Amino acid sequence: MSGGGKGGRIAALHLAVIAVLFAAQFLLPAYHHGNVARIMVLTSFAVGYNVLLGYTGLLSLGHAMFFAAGLYGAGLPLYYFEIGALQAFGLGLLASLALALCFGLVALRASGIAFLIVTLMFAQAFFLATLYFNEITLGDQGFVLSEQARTVTLGGVSFSFADPVVKYNAALLLFACCMLGCLALVRSPIGRVLVAIRENEPRTRMLGYNTYVYKLIALVVSGVMAGAAGAGYALLFAYVGSTFATIQYSIYALLWTLLGGVGTVLGPFVGTGLMFYLIDIAGDFTTSYLLVVGVVLLVLILWYPKGLLGSLRARWLPWLP
Amino acid sequence: MAAVTLLETTAVAKRFGGLAAVDHVDFSLNQGEIRAIIGPNGAGKTTLVSLISGRLRPTSGRISFAGEDITRLKSYQRVGRGIVYTFQVTSIFRSLSCYENVALAAQRSLGGGLFGAEPAIAERVETALRHVNLDDRHELAAGELPYGHQRLLEVAMGLALDPKLLILDEPTQGLAPGEIASFCELIRHIASRATILLIEHNMPVVLELASRITVMDRGKIIAEGAPDEIEGNPEVQRAYLGTSHAEA
Amino acid sequence: MDFGPHLFLALLEGTVTAFVLAVTALGLSLVFGVMRVVNVAHGEFYMLGAVLAWWLTTLLAGYPAIGFLVALVIAPLIVGAVALTADWLILRRIDYQPESTIVATIGMLYIIQQLVLTFYGPDARPVEPPFYFRVSFPWFGYSGYKLIVAGASALLLLGVWLAMARTRLGLYMRATQQNQEMAQAFGVPVRRIYATVFALGAMLAAAAGVLVVPIQQAHYLMGLDPLLLSFIVVIVGGLGSLRGTVVAAFVIGISDGVISVFFSPTLAKIIATLFVAMVLVYRPSGLFGQPQEET
Repeated sequence: MSGGGKGGRIAALHLAVIAVLFAAQFLLPAYHHGNVARIMVLTSFAVGYNVLLGYTGLLSLGHAMFFAAGLYGAGLPLYYFEIGALQAFGLGLLASLALALCFGLVALRASGIAFLIVTLMFAQAFFLATLYFNEITLGDQGFVLSEQARTVTLGGVSFSFADPVVKYNAALLLFACCMLGCLALVRSPIGRVLVAIRENEPRTRMLGYNTYVYKLIALVVSGVMAGAAGAGYALLFAYVGSTFATIQYSIYALLWTLLGGVGTVLGPFVGTGLMFYLIDIAGDFTTSYLLVVGVVLLVLILWYPKGLLGSLRARWLPWLP
Repeated sequence: MAAVTLLETTAVAKRFGGLAAVDHVDFSLNQGEIRAIIGPNGAGKTTLVSLISGRLRPTSGRISFAGEDITRLKSYQRVGRGIVYTFQVTSIFRSLSCYENVALAAQRSLGGGLFGAEPAIAERVETALRHVNLDDRHELAAGELPYGHQRLLEVAMGLALDPKLLILDEPTQGLAPGEIASFCELIRHIASRATILLIEHNMPVVLELASRITVMDRGKIIAEGAPDEIEGNPEVQRAYLGTSHAEA
Repeated sequence: MDFGPHLFLALLEGTVTAFVLAVTALGLSLVFGVMRVVNVAHGEFYMLGAVLAWWLTTLLAGYPAIGFLVALVIAPLIVGAVALTADWLILRRIDYQPESTIVATIGMLYIIQQLVLTFYGPDARPVEPPFYFRVSFPWFGYSGYKLIVAGASALLLLGVWLAMARTRLGLYMRATQQNQEMAQAFGVPVRRIYATVFALGAMLAAAAGVLVVPIQQAHYLMGLDPLLLSFIVVIVGGLGSLRGTVVAAFVIGISDGVISVFFSPTLAKIIATLFVAMVLVYRPSGLFGQPQEET
């Protein structure tokens, strides 16, 4: 942040990543095509999570509720009413924004472990609510959105999200927005304060910052990104169900972020991609493939707490944001 | 020229359970003075300044600053009013660079938002670091500074906030004698623009810098006055050399 | 059945639940109180107890009563050993730091759970209760075994209370809980106490799992509900307060039982989780814990 030359390098790196992903769609075989699209959407979830954990230092075990808010916020109107896909996406964003704001106003009065447990409890209540209102949400069986609902018409041309090309590029657009948004945030004055809060909150308060407001901002940004990922997931992959609101998905967000590197912008992408394929491959061998999750978490916490990109940054690339 | 009262506490008290750490203290500071608070360990000095800076909420009493009642204000709001506190146990951002540490302070007083005023911040950081002789250590992680220099970094952070009242809690602890001398110079320089409140155990520093001294013992102010008045005060001597509060 | 007897049945069910919950939650509470860490894998120790009980009673298939007693003794010991290993291999290495421990115990949760899935399979398997008799109330018959469970749990709770109050181990545990540095200065072997407490917490959970398995069935996912309920109990009762944990277990166990019988179990859980979240926000030390000084 204290050098102009660095800024150019950083922008170039991140734009290059987007460019490579764009080019990749023409080279990838069909199976991986769909996978990478899914990875990019889930990465957006992790990027949001990282804003809160990596940059503000707040550990949450309830982020699945923001993802699910976006998922149901977009999916339910699309399933029951006649509205456009883009409007549905907007509703998903709105739902996660509202949830993040209400939650933050209440929960941020707690700190540390108490905050963590509050996130867990709220997320669990949200999940249980999706089960309780079974008639509407269809619980963990879930529902599938029709292809017709997932079509957008722009300037006379209709784009269906079921089409692999549209799906991939929509996912890429979502990923690019979240990733670049995160980059802008962490390199801004607000980002500087968030890092300060992470490092030493009492000191930050004694420098005159209202840390509660900053944490709320981080939480809302984090929640909306997660919600965008959820809404995107509904539109692109058609399935909406309670599974996405379980603790499992909150733990995934933690896992992907930790693996890639907490507090790095590109870390979540690396972590999500790697974990996706690890689980995919493990699933071919055994039904207990979630064992991989446990092992990776332990390995990370015992020996590589900084994760992949975090360790890279510490060793060789100190300018990596 | 009449002295302007900058800070005033009225019967301010802080109880922890059964203990009255600060016991109905009336304390006031005039603008532009350098005031030292001295007293044996446990006298309530840090508690008193914590009440003034907002880190602790008073059990009773009132505090006013520049004519405004600030009793209800939170700590971060008081910084905005110009009250700046440097911690007794150094509290900086150890893994951030020296530049970043001071930049955080500068950013607060210069405003910012999403698109900050980076050049103005850089200038203020430069000035602050130069005043404490740390301007050659921009990129060094703050945690790697020797302890004494970390304390100076904290003073630099305080400076960058453009304070009206700068509260220093045992600032020379851990400094070498040569560093203490330049520190006293720094304080005198700051005093031309801000009021200084100093908690110190180092008596030569106190006698050199302070225009007035306040002596506390067991939560109360037992003496207050110019340095030579305090030096000869028998009550002060008794408090320091008395039975249960002897200096180690 | 009329309302009165229905309520009585609900209260009985709730009481049995509450006793088992008290034992389980006590394990979690001990670990948090003494070690100041949250063990997210606590429910898996419960599940391990149940699964091991199934295995041991199946080995001694001809003798249900003896098999069960053996299980009640051996299963917690095995689980205690697992916990000791985990403490030595993992928790000690990360120095019991709060956030790292949470992530590490999440990892442990997955590993234990998935290993059980591999070797035990995804099915739910029943275990024969050691005694099979019914207690006849005027309105309904009630499983005698369930009452035994309540009694056994009460004995366990009493045992823990006596150990805490009367033995040297208990003294060390209470000292470490109050002030770890001071305890260390007085020669309390804090590291060993941590290991012991962690094992003890796991053993309590396992014992609860063994007691419960003839009523429910042994299933590899059965640890998650008790984990969440234990969390709720420990928080509401006050992090670090053992008496609070037991009281909260009864309040929550019985009201959960009553609400589940008359309304929906899901609704009961929603109310419980939101209640606990609000307690944490407004009284971070729980309902019985010591209030913290401001920072």
